[in-house]
Amino acid sequence: MALSKNGTSGDRSNSSIELRLPSRLGYEKVAMNTAASVARLMGFSEERVDDLKTAVAEACINAMEHGNKLDESLSVGVVLSMDANSLEVKVTDNGEGPQSKTGTPDIDKKMQEEEDARGMGMFLIQALVDEVEWVSSPPSGSYARMVIHLGHPPV
Amino acid sequence: MPELVTRVTVEELPALSGERITVLRFAGDVTSASQPAVIGTYEDLPDSVKRILLDFSKVDYLNSSGIALIIQMMIAAKKRGQTIHSFGLSPHFQKVFTMVGITKYTTLHPDEASASAAFN
Repeated sequence: MALSKNGTSGDRSNSSIELRLPSRLGYEKVAMNTAASVARLMGFSEERVDDLKTAVAEACINAMEHGNKLDESLSVGVVLSMDANSLEVKVTDNGEGPQSKTGTPDIDKKMQEEEDARGMGMFLIQALVDEVEWVSSPPSGSYARMVIHLGHPPV
Repeated sequence: MPELVTRVTVEELPALSGERITVLRFAGDVTSASQPAVIGTYEDLPDSVKRILLDFSKVDYLNSSGIALIIQMMIAAKKRGQTIHSFGLSPHFQKVFTMVGITKYTTLHPDEASASAAFN
């Protein structure tokens, strides 16, 4: 884990922490728990910390499974950047980014087996954080960028 | 950091009226690695089981793949004519279950007593 600081005021890179995770399921909890610790230090409520934990875990799982195809020789990068009012988490992988838009899961279709029971991760990320974007930039890789703001009401 | 083992224990509760209640008590992580524990344990239940309680109070970590397993279980339960009630979810995961719509097919209760009473 690397912690860096610079003196640029108003810059999200004011203070940041970087992790590199193996593309192995289970290791998303390292990023999830690190993000939770940082969010608590920043003063986020436990409800918002829980929202962030789920969003970060899902983003890392997507990066491991879909981005890096669970190739353990490839790592998932996680950069947590803090400023006075917000926490940004960027999750990078070597893939091409999501191939489809995030849809709201249709539980009736899932129960009728017309829709895969899985496939809820991006929806949850979008629902639980204040800002999210998925950026595809092959061949260098892709990333999900999530932000939660202090003072923003929980979902 | 390996995923924590998913533990599922099965318990029979006497019902105040009608058929007995079968409780599946989950503990540890519920993730994609939990398929044998979650679905395997559910599939081993006899068809005579009609009332099922899901106890999430000892779950340490639940992700969308784990939620998908719960949905798979609910699909199978619907086919077998079983009713499922759930309890022990944290407020956060109550919110998540509501977001994805699972609450349309299983009612979330604050504790085991209220979940058991819902069958009566």
